[in-house]
Order: sequence, then C-alpha cells, then structure tokens
Amino acid sequence: MPLEQISRRLRGLGPAVGLVALCLLATFLNSDFATVDNALNVLTRSTFTGIIAVGMCFVIVGGGIDLSVGSMAALIAGCVILLMNSLGAHGVAPGLAVAAGASGAVLIGSLLGFAHGWLITRGRIEPFIVTLGTLGIFRAVLTWLADGGAITLDNDLADAYAPVYYGALLGVPIPIWVFAAVALAAGAVLQRTAYGRHVQAIGSNEQVARYAAVDVDAVKLCSYVVLGAMVGVATLLYVPRLGSASPTTGLLWELEAIAAVIIGGTALKGGSGSIAGTVVGALLLSVIGNVLNLTSFISIHLNAAVQGAVIIAVAFMQRKNKR
Amino acid sequence: MLTRRLAVALALATAFAAANAQTKLNVGVAIPAADHGFTAGIVWWANQAKKELEQQHPGLKITVKAAASAGEQANQLQDLFTTNKINALVILPQESAALTKPVQQLHGKGVYVTVVDRGLTDASAQDAYVAGDNTAFGAVPAEFLAKQLGGKGEIVALRGIPTTIDNERVDAFKTVLAKSPGIKLLDAKHGNWNRDDAFKVMQDFLTRFKHIDAVWAADDDMAFGVLKAIDQAKRTDIKIVFGGAGSKGMVKILKDGSDPRIQANVSYSPKFIYDAIKLTAEARLKGEKLPAKTIVPSVLITRENASTFYYPDSPF
Repeated sequence: MPLEQISRRLRGLGPAVGLVALCLLATFLNSDFATVDNALNVLTRSTFTGIIAVGMCFVIVGGGIDLSVGSMAALIAGCVILLMNSLGAHGVAPGLAVAAGASGAVLIGSLLGFAHGWLITRGRIEPFIVTLGTLGIFRAVLTWLADGGAITLDNDLADAYAPVYYGALLGVPIPIWVFAAVALAAGAVLQRTAYGRHVQAIGSNEQVARYAAVDVDAVKLCSYVVLGAMVGVATLLYVPRLGSASPTTGLLWELEAIAAVIIGGTALKGGSGSIAGTVVGALLLSVIGNVLNLTSFISIHLNAAVQGAVIIAVAFMQRKNKR
Repeated sequence: MLTRRLAVALALATAFAAANAQTKLNVGVAIPAADHGFTAGIVWWANQAKKELEQQHPGLKITVKAAASAGEQANQLQDLFTTNKINALVILPQESAALTKPVQQLHGKGVYVTVVDRGLTDASAQDAYVAGDNTAFGAVPAEFLAKQLGGKGEIVALRGIPTTIDNERVDAFKTVLAKSPGIKLLDAKHGNWNRDDAFKVMQDFLTRFKHIDAVWAADDDMAFGVLKAIDQAKRTDIKIVFGGAGSKGMVKILKDGSDPRIQANVSYSPKFIYDAIKLTAEARLKGEKLPAKTIVPSVLITRENASTFYYPDSPF
C-alpha cells in the first residue's frame, strides 16, 4: 500500500514540514526573516535549549525525565563565573581562567547528572521526584550565592570569553558548530552503538531489557550523566553571551527542552526517539518567538497562545497511529 | 525533676514577658522573597532598616519575613500577629487582591498598617500607603528622550511582565511622547524584566528596523541585554539606551561615563521599603500617624547626581 507508506513517511517528517511552513509564513509576513543574519541569530539562540534537548532525548528515550535542567544551567553558570572571577583575582591569565571555567561547567554538569542517576537507580526514587527536588535546590542555591541579584563576570574575563559566543568560524557562529557537532555525535551514539540500543530497549520495556542481560542501572545512570554534561556544554556557551547569572537564568528551559524532544517525535513514555527530530523541534520553538518579535499584528499578550497553538499543530501532524 | 523543669519554664516565661513589656513598638515587615535584582534590593533594604532603627530606638523591635508566594505571605501575617505580637505592620503585598483580606484581619485587631508599592484592593484596610512613582518612571524617560533627540527620531521600547505596573509606566511614556509628533515609537515588546529575553527581543528589533535612534529599555536588567544585542550587531545608529530603576551597575556606568549610550536613568529604588519602615516606626513611637499617601518620587538620574543614587553594598 504505497499511499499509506507515503502518509506514514510524511508523518515522520511532521516537525520538519511544520518548520518549513512556519519559515515560509514568516518570510511572507516580514521579508527580513529570510536573511542570513536573522537565520544565524535564531540558530545561535536555539543552541542552549537545543543542546540540552539532545541530552534530554537520551533520558526520555530511556523512560526517564529531568525537570531540573534550567535550574542546573543557572547554578552551573553562577558557579563557573565565581570560579573564573576568583582565578582572575589570583592573577591567573584570563585565557586560562576561562578554559578552567568552561571545562568546570562540563564537569559540574556531569557530577550533578551523576547525582541524579545515582538517586534514581540506587536510591530507587522516581526521576520526576528527584529532579523536581533538585529543580528547587539548584535555583535556590544560585539565588543564595547571588544574594538575589546577579553574579557578573569580571570585565577582562568577559572580553576573553566573549568570542566563544560572539565569534565565528567560516562565517558561522561558534555555538552553531558546537550544536551541530553535539547533535551528530549524539545521533550516531543513539542509533549505531550498543549503548544507544540499550537505552531504547530499557525505554520500551525495562523488564525485558533486564532479562536480556542489559545493565539497566549503569545505562540509566550514564544517560543522566550525558544530560548533565550537555547542560554544562550549553552553559559554557551561554555564560559569554551576557557574562552574568541571575535567578531568572534558564527559567523554563526544562519545558522548552522537553517540548523540543516531544515535538521531534520522541514518545514521552520512552522507547524510541530521534535526535534529528529533537533538533528540528528546538529550532521550531526559537523560530516561533522570532516570528512574533518580527511582526506586530497579534497582541503581544497573546504570544504564549500562538506558541501553544503551533506546538499542538505540529504534534498533530506527526502523531502516530496508536491503537 | 518535674518541678525543677516547671520552675525553669516559669522563669523563662517571666523573662519573656519582661522583655515584651520593655518593647514599646513591635513592627512586622512582610515582603516578597528575593527572586530578581529588585526584590533582592527590597530584602536588603528591609534588613538595613531593622539594623539601623533597632540600634537607634531601644524600645523598637522589627521582624522581617520574606515570602515566595501570596499564600505564604498570608501565613506569615498570622504568625507575625500570634507569635511575634506585632502592633504595626509594613507590607509589600505579593499580590494586591489576595492579601487584602488577611491584612484587613490584622487591621481589625488594632495593628497599624502601612502598605508599600502595591496598593490593596480595599484601601480601608490600610492606615498609610507609601509607593514609588510609576507614572514618572515612564514620563521621565519620555521627556529625556524627546529632548535629547530634538523632538525627532525613531524609538523602540521594551516592556516588563504584563502587569498593571507595566501598563501604568508604558501609558505614561506614550502620553508624554505624544507631545512630540516627530518621534515615532516603532514597537514595544515584552522583555519580562529579564536580561535574556531583552537580548532576544532587541536582536529581532535590530533585524526588523534598519534605523533606530534610541531604546527605552524600561529596566536596568533589560538595558543590559539590549546593550549586548546592539554590540553584537555592531549597530552604531542607536544613540541612547534608557534603562530604569537605578541599579548599582547601571548607575556606576553613568557615574563613570563608561558607555556613551547610557546618558541618564530614572530612580525607582527598593529603598522605599526602608523609608516606609523608618517613617512608620518613628511616627508610631511618638504615637503619631502617617499621611494617608506618601509618594517616593521617581527622578531623573544624570551623570551629575549619579553618586547620590549609588549604593555599592546593596545587591541591586
């Protein structure tokens, strides 16, 4: 039945079709949308939640969830800024201090991810509860460190760090390269390695995976560490943008990241998923915000309603036949 | 054994009673918890008032409680009344409507109530109202921009979180701007008093409008994001970025003249909680009343007077 096959194909392409449709509409509404500069702005902007969403994809495919990523990003940002400032104040060269801060971000992220994984697998607590708890803890600790205000990177360090966000290679900003590299690597790991297949096996049926001699706890733990490291990578790109962390940093990133994964065709209950879809989902979310800013015929009070409607429409296009 | 414990308890109780008897005025302060720069400033200034005033007036006791939600604040009001036995209350309500009844209850039991910044929906529940000047917060930058641009130019504006405060400010801004027909407000979008959101909105304004003379960022955090977006786009047409509230970072830039685009600011300091506590405590110690309404004026901050608005120790 070729017709049915074609329609199934189209459903798999739902998010991509939605993205293209949205871009065409945007170009029609404001011709400035289809400029290279705007495209680079939107792509760069989507890298933070995009990279986190790639990590989130592993956790969700494995049947888990992480609600804390936005708070975690804020806490990591605050910690590494404090670290870099204190290194700078002790006479460490700015370049070296920034390198330490950037690698510190990934390290702290991995450690926090490990803590999640440990509590979930060894502590036998539901991931929803563990990460709901840390969502509050991480943001509260940051607010405490910042005394409720903002933690700001010292000027010479900010200058040394700025190229990581504002710099470009072959005309393409660095964050986009990082996002692309992360997504390609993650796609390969999820689809072509034993580890990736184990994650999918656990997500579709944990008991069967256990009987098939998959080390369920180790695989799960690892997926939370991967996500933590991704949050670290996103944060190390985020910090040079504004050079500051405040209690509003990363607010609601968890919902954006989870939405990107689900819009991209991954089932919230786990089992199977796609990194490519996740990337498209992340781009779609940024494009909606961008289009709303570039036009002004919808009341700004309705922005969130438009976002919600587009998300539901795209999810409708990529729904699967479930009986 | 039991009798000895009882004796100790009794002694403690009398000691407490004695301490309470010496306290002539017991002020409760209920404020929102620090969740962004401005509220962090509120918490800092409230504690500053407690420290200074308790030292100056031996008969004065001040209890500061910060709440993250309207429900929590309502509970704290009950605690302040029953366990701290307050006879005066200074409150910055989390939400005007939700806190009106709880405040009314205390007022009915004889507590003197000073409401700060966000008025209650029923003004009979309060004895005095101390507030910042949201109209001037919008009008002052509009006047400044109109004057600096010589009555001609193109402006974009950022708005805060959709609230009545935001509406008041934006309406005042537009009203004043309407007097200069040569100035065009290209668009105004919500940046939610947030650096990251302001950065994104400004990036898109820069894509959309090829020429912009000035930006009303309407908040110092948003001004920070706006400046970064302009720097990234390497745009040189924007001559003025006007923030608001006078945060220490922006006042310092103004004072040092380190960014030519930051030429002025408008005060809206969290210090008004300090003023409200001080006014209430000093009036009540003398048995006097406060005027029904005290407006702490929002004034233009320029390079000349910037140092009087610079509080390096405050987190805001």
